[in-house]
Amino acid sequence: MKFSILSYESPDNFAARSDARREAHFGAVFRYIAELKSAGVFAGGAGLELPHTATTLRLRNGERLVQDGPYADTKEQLGGLFIIDVPDEATAVAWAKRCPHEPGRVVELRAHIQSPG
Amino acid sequence: MSEQAPWRDTVERVARDSYGRLLAYLAARSRDIAAAEDALADAFRIALETWPSEGVPDKPDAWLMTAARRRLIDQSRRTQVRRAAEPALAADGETAAIPLGDVAFPDERLKLLFVCAHPAVDVAARTPLMLQTVLGLDAARIASAFLVKPAAMGQRLSRAKSKIRDAGIAFELPVANDLPARLGAVLEAIYAAYGSGWDDVSGADAKRRGLALEAIELGRVLAGLLPNESEVLALLALMLFCESRRPARRGPRGEYVPLSEQDVTQWSRAFIDEAQSLLGAASRRGKLGRFQLEAAIQSVHALRAERGAVDWDALCLLYDALLRIAPTIGAAVSRVAAMAEAHGPAAAWQALEALPAAEMDGYQPYWALRASLLARLQQRSEAASAYERAIGLCSDAPMREFLVQRLAALDAS
Amino acid sequence: MTLELNEDTMNYTLLIYENAEAFALRGHPDVEKRRAYWAAWPPYAQALREAGVFVAGAGLEPPDTATTFRDPHRRVQDGPYADTKEQLGGFFVIDVPDLDAALEWAARVPVAAGSVVEIRPNLVPPKAEAAASTARETLEARP
Repeated sequence: MKFSILSYESPDNFAARSDARREAHFGAVFRYIAELKSAGVFAGGAGLELPHTATTLRLRNGERLVQDGPYADTKEQLGGLFIIDVPDEATAVAWAKRCPHEPGRVVELRAHIQSPG
Repeated sequence: MSEQAPWRDTVERVARDSYGRLLAYLAARSRDIAAAEDALADAFRIALETWPSEGVPDKPDAWLMTAARRRLIDQSRRTQVRRAAEPALAADGETAAIPLGDVAFPDERLKLLFVCAHPAVDVAARTPLMLQTVLGLDAARIASAFLVKPAAMGQRLSRAKSKIRDAGIAFELPVANDLPARLGAVLEAIYAAYGSGWDDVSGADAKRRGLALEAIELGRVLAGLLPNESEVLALLALMLFCESRRPARRGPRGEYVPLSEQDVTQWSRAFIDEAQSLLGAASRRGKLGRFQLEAAIQSVHALRAERGAVDWDALCLLYDALLRIAPTIGAAVSRVAAMAEAHGPAAAWQALEALPAAEMDGYQPYWALRASLLARLQQRSEAASAYERAIGLCSDAPMREFLVQRLAALDAS
Repeated sequence: MTLELNEDTMNYTLLIYENAEAFALRGHPDVEKRRAYWAAWPPYAQALREAGVFVAGAGLEPPDTATTFRDPHRRVQDGPYADTKEQLGGFFVIDVPDLDAALEWAARVPVAAGSVVEIRPNLVPPKAEAAASTARETLEARP
């Protein structure tokens, strides 16, 4: 079963990517990925650039609207995702809990659609 | 008309009707579009601040022009740039005592259009620049219409204006020798605001629907300024023919209706008549050009309203001629579609296979046509693959739904 | 999934946010609506593959099936991170020359009306040699 582990970051966490904390920040992520890999559950992932680099596309009254910035105006923004392939949800939950801790980081676990409806 | 704020109505009317003329005049004098935009924006702001108490002037356009020119001259003095421009600014009317009366100013929009499409201006900036300067559209709206990040569109416009200023591009009409090429660039830029020209695609693509009327407006401005140029009249005719069919492109539930199935009684008779008249005038004036051929193609489609049928042989000939002088992917695919009707799917298939595959790869109308030809040739599984490819490349929901239905119909037949 | 570290192209993630009505189409009692919802996604993913730009993609189960972990103490909650009107319903990672190309593909995502697509450039792995080779290694999926 495939799952996505979504990592939502606070503005301070995003800032940590480029200040003195960057080695610790990325080091923790790479160690986690290495653990996923050696457990044979890693199925891909994506680190996302800062939210202000986003562009949003929506339809309004049939017209296409392109806007600067991310979709949501929330305090935490999606910063990356890990895709895992595991036997069951309990294993997925265990891996989500092992996602590196940072103050202000929120982790969301979501199952993939395993087969089309 | 709001009684409470007649001054606001006047400002809005002037902004709507005269922005382009005002800006063109200021930009032509200062050779600095951005500075002219700022000065004009200041003038509108001052109008909104002072007219409520001082009353609306008799000639609001002249008032705004005067106020904007003052701002420009003040700015240029402060920044000490554009020495060449200063005499032009000052000579037109003295700064100290510019009468707020009858200051008529010439229409410099033609020069502005040529500047926007100047060879030194980034091709991707030309249409946006025309829309922003001649029509006063805001950059965010232009960005959405062209599927570009708004911040990127803002930068693109800013860079283009800086280039025009720093390179000292003059606001002049091209000399006779240069005119055809320079005018061609202007026409292409206006047409880019309208759409790709293959009727079904330009009608179905929501990306372009939003600028169709603005493109026609630019076309009308140009036709008013160059009424004797055949390609100018032809471009306007082309856009009016395409626009005439807009009401028929969508069914009652918003579904996509292909050209061959459109209800001709929903086509705008007024647009078709105007387009025919323009096309006639164009053909009497000059030698055959790209837009006359494109407009002629559309006029053949428009004749279905009178004759009940389409002259596909004429269309094939027109597409052959068009491809000789202006080869485009859209025209090449449209020609194959016309051949399918004139000579049958097998002949059309040969022509389709001769198209350059790499260029067709991401072009949704190609795959939709390929699918329909394969279906007519009873090659169901290949048709299904082609429909799926077209569906995957589709960016318009009603068109996608239409293709999904065509795909489903393959199984049913 | 292999992360192509092509110098001339960039990876972008298309985040697909769907509203309640769109999620409802997935299991809609009307078989036509249900079929129409599911029919559009495979052709889109296939078009990405045939164009050579597909890196990854997934549809996600609805937000009410999510589990969220908040610090401190990793409090576990049912439900998604945020209570926004539209919720993440899926994503694609694509490898394209620039943002304009990414936007073109974003415009083709077969979203239902009211859905929103966010386009975000992906992080380029840090330039430090050790980090770069670790990145290349760790971001490659097992076959």
